[in-house]
Amino acid sequence: MFSIVEKILSRASGQTNFAVDEYLSCKVDLAMVHDSSGPRRLAPKLAEMKRKLFDKDRLAIITDHFVPAHDEASQKIKRVTEEFVHRENIRHFYPEEGICHVVLPQKGLLSPGMFFVGGDSHSTTAGAFGCYAFGIGATDMAGVAATGEIWIKVPQTRLVTLTGALGYQVFAKDIILNLCGRFGMNMAEYQALEFAGEGIATLSMQERMTLSNMSAELGAQAGIIAPDAITSEWLDAHAPERTLVDGMPDTYWQSDMGSHCGPSYNVDLDTLSPYAAAPHSPANAAPLTDHDSPEFTIAYIGACTGAKLVDLRAAAKILKGKQIASSIRLLIAPASLADQQAARDEGLMQIFEEAGARFLPTTCGMCAGYGVDRLGAEDICISSTARNFKGRMGDAGSQVWLASPASVAAAALTGKLTDPRHLVSDI
Amino acid sequence: MKLVGRAWVFGDGIDTDVLAPGRYMSLSPRELADHCLEAVRADFASNVETGDVILAGENFGIGSSREQAVESLKILGISAVVAKSFGGIFQRNAFNLGLMCLSCPTLDLSNLREFDLVELHMKAGVLHAGKHSWDCEKLPEFLRNMINDGGLIAHLNKQSNAKEDK
Ligand code: SF4
Repeated sequence: MFSIVEKILSRASGQTNFAVDEYLSCKVDLAMVHDSSGPRRLAPKLAEMKRKLFDKDRLAIITDHFVPAHDEASQKIKRVTEEFVHRENIRHFYPEEGICHVVLPQKGLLSPGMFFVGGDSHSTTAGAFGCYAFGIGATDMAGVAATGEIWIKVPQTRLVTLTGALGYQVFAKDIILNLCGRFGMNMAEYQALEFAGEGIATLSMQERMTLSNMSAELGAQAGIIAPDAITSEWLDAHAPERTLVDGMPDTYWQSDMGSHCGPSYNVDLDTLSPYAAAPHSPANAAPLTDHDSPEFTIAYIGACTGAKLVDLRAAAKILKGKQIASSIRLLIAPASLADQQAARDEGLMQIFEEAGARFLPTTCGMCAGYGVDRLGAEDICISSTARNFKGRMGDAGSQVWLASPASVAAAALTGKLTDPRHLVSDI
Repeated sequence: MKLVGRAWVFGDGIDTDVLAPGRYMSLSPRELADHCLEAVRADFASNVETGDVILAGENFGIGSSREQAVESLKILGISAVVAKSFGGIFQRNAFNLGLMCLSCPTLDLSNLREFDLVELHMKAGVLHAGKHSWDCEKLPEFLRNMINDGGLIAHLNKQSNAKEDK
């Protein structure tokens, strides 16, 4: 009786007999770094250890944090990254195409059953594809780069059951904010979460990515979703040449009945309403209409968790044929070039432009205060990003509210928290 | 391997901000360490001695992923932390930076006094204090070796050097 997590750890460690809290050494199928966690930190550590990269084809490098390079420091990071890629002959190098967690699956690098680590806390995103995926720090990544292995404490696989189906103008972001509000940021105690239940089958891959992504905000090491027909369809389109992990069919990577342990959680999608989190923690989440609204100065649609194609579609539906409030600026940074291009083809970019939005490059942008656009001390922002910690998006005096892309778009129209269900009539 | 040291006793929920206070994070690692745990024990940094052991309750090191929380304890000479439970990322960082941290769910802090001498048997995973003893988690050999070598980087370094010498 194994959970999906235990099946993956078993294969990666070559051990079949282990219990929760035991320590295993696992072989890494794929590692990813971005420009901030990447070569500038790895190269000196490898040199110090007199080690070479364990496998140049199992390290993906995707630049997104310090791009476009706008000052001397970011230009240097770009240079160091490019030199490393060239010297080590890295095949999976995707510069300035978009945010790493979104670009990675678009390039077809993920397959269910993989053991994956990333040099970024939202590396949990790959869990949506049935991978065991978690974020690690610089020291851990140096170890992985040198040996291709990493130690892990076997986590509990805790079950998050989604019942029913999301209603109109309610999204994956609302599911995760609901959990943040009810259980706080240490809900998962660094164990693994598995999202399952009939509700999962109703979510697209990009919506599932939002759940896995923000498992980090629930304190989980990983947030995994077992592959199903929707996963297969996505993989067939984006990863036609992938090899099956261990030669097993994707359907092998499922949890056996009764294999979960620890606390379990439930979200009833049928009754879920749009959520918003007040400054300065995702744990300050409550139903959007329960909050007293401030007057927003900025609405931001961006980040790995909030500006993928499905997110842009949801926002465009709200903004179509309307104008944003004169008191607010709407900034949109699509999560990747591919998402941006698809949005353009569908006419979404035009809708945004006509509504009065300004576009930022397809990078992390304002999400963590990188780049030239940052919040000022007076700014009160409503944002589709994952975290609203004090000062994260700019000045320490700024305030950030979190909500779904649709709710952010709705706030852009009125300048205040606005239930997106009241704005669209074409049900 | 056995380790003997004086005990410092703390309760539940010692978080990374108590270990490495955010407002001092811009200081040098040594200066930051001088503020370690001051929110709960003002004299900690000035009275701690090399080889001392920390005993604590639930969720030691909970909070952010900052490695400075571990680094500060190492700078101050703490040889091991035994707690009822740890923040997962803190324990990861601790092993990788070479600080022994063993969880001991049954640890009864009311039986312990400050500066009692405690003995920690790493391989067996047992903590002795006076007449009492508790079972801690047992680490596999590869992790014990890594921690003894001073953490992940030092461990790999040593392996590289050993290869060169051959
Ligand atoms: S968009 Fe934000 S949350 Fe996502 S990787 Fe970039 S900085 Fe992190």
